[in-house]
Amino acid sequence: MVQSLNYLKETASQTAGPYVHIGLAPGAAGFDIYRKELGHDIAGPNAKGERITVTGIVYDGIGAPIKDILIETWQANADGVYPGAGDVEEGFVGWGRAISDFDTGRFTFETVKPGRVMGRNGKLMAPHISLWLVARGINLGLSTRMYFSDEADANAEDQVLNLVGPPERRSTMIASRDGSTYTFDIRVQGDNETVFLDV
Amino acid sequence: MTAELFQRDRVWQPPAYTPNYKSSVNRSPNLAPLSLEMTQSELTAPRFGHDVIDPIDCDLIRNYAKTGDPIGERIIVHGRVLDENGRPVPHTLVEVWQANAGGRYRHKNDTYFAPIDPNFGGCGRVLSDAEGRYMFRTIKPGAYPFRNWINSWRPAHIHISVFGPAFAQRLITQMYFEGDPLIPKCAIINAIPDQRAIDGLVAALDLNETIPLDTIAYKFDIVLRGQRSTFFENRPEGN
Ligand SMILES: [Fe+3]
Repeated sequence: MVQSLNYLKETASQTAGPYVHIGLAPGAAGFDIYRKELGHDIAGPNAKGERITVTGIVYDGIGAPIKDILIETWQANADGVYPGAGDVEEGFVGWGRAISDFDTGRFTFETVKPGRVMGRNGKLMAPHISLWLVARGINLGLSTRMYFSDEADANAEDQVLNLVGPPERRSTMIASRDGSTYTFDIRVQGDNETVFLDV
Repeated sequence: MTAELFQRDRVWQPPAYTPNYKSSVNRSPNLAPLSLEMTQSELTAPRFGHDVIDPIDCDLIRNYAKTGDPIGERIIVHGRVLDENGRPVPHTLVEVWQANAGGRYRHKNDTYFAPIDPNFGGCGRVLSDAEGRYMFRTIKPGAYPFRNWINSWRPAHIHISVFGPAFAQRLITQMYFEGDPLIPKCAIINAIPDQRAIDGLVAALDLNETIPLDTIAYKFDIVLRGQRSTFFENRPEGN
């Protein structure tokens, strides 16, 4: 016999279900309850950097939009600093909640384009936004990153993108730019399936 | 930024594809996830404070009441947010949502014919204290049917969302109630392969924390991924 390690086990995940909005975005569920709902303002009024809009649709395995998806976003500011890791602009939260439209499935959020953040072993990562997806039918939240199509040089040396084998798969993590809007569709299953991360 | 986290146990956690829970069939990736060494993007997380979270937010009996108290058994749900080292996770955001006593959600997409309770919103939020403790007051939710097999029922449950100091600790789960006979029948619960992990989702009746003649209590601890205690050479900052 040996000593017990005495670690606890992580609480098991369960689906957020179709009514996740009640808890995390009650306005979308159809009622008003809190003084301030969280997750609506990622960058705040004082953030430096370029103001951008991100929009997309999350598709299921038969190509149908997932109309009840809730996406949380997490990013550094334009200087590549995460809140809690250094000083950021007053009002910069870096985190948001994007909810798909119940009729179309389209999600949209506004933020500033993040800067490059130091990755492992002293190498800069390409600008990216971390995404976490929950919905009915998703037993454990799905993690991915959204990179930017106009950052080809940074993307080419990004440690995470370079872990993805085939270039076609890498492209599932890169949003395409049109003006100040980036389009990022996510395919949860099947053809052109988005790369999800075991973080 | 936190220390690196313990690897998530993907055998303990429910897999993505669990066909007995039909909604997972078209919403589960076919391909294996890409395993990452952690960086700042995973080891930082948003912080929330009392500037946005109000004391009333954790009282579901009162936070939406219009003409009186909601119908149902008055309950306290309390416990601690811990990590896998057994350390408390202080000052972290815990959000909950649930059906009313009849099993009906206040949601524009819920069409179940149990009535809406005019005095019950069904959501709450609270920050854990310095020792990781949290507490809600609410009413016990009812069971409800859901479209899975033609006769599938959810046991009474409260949905719980927790943050932790690293975004890779982000967790959503559901809390069930000791003694509910629907628990072993539920396809969503049975997505979890390990019975010990299921047992960890069942809150215990806690007579020590009831308010006599007023409110019954259940205790539910939440465990987030642990943080490593030591940094080695290959640390996320580099050199
Ligand atoms: Fe539910």
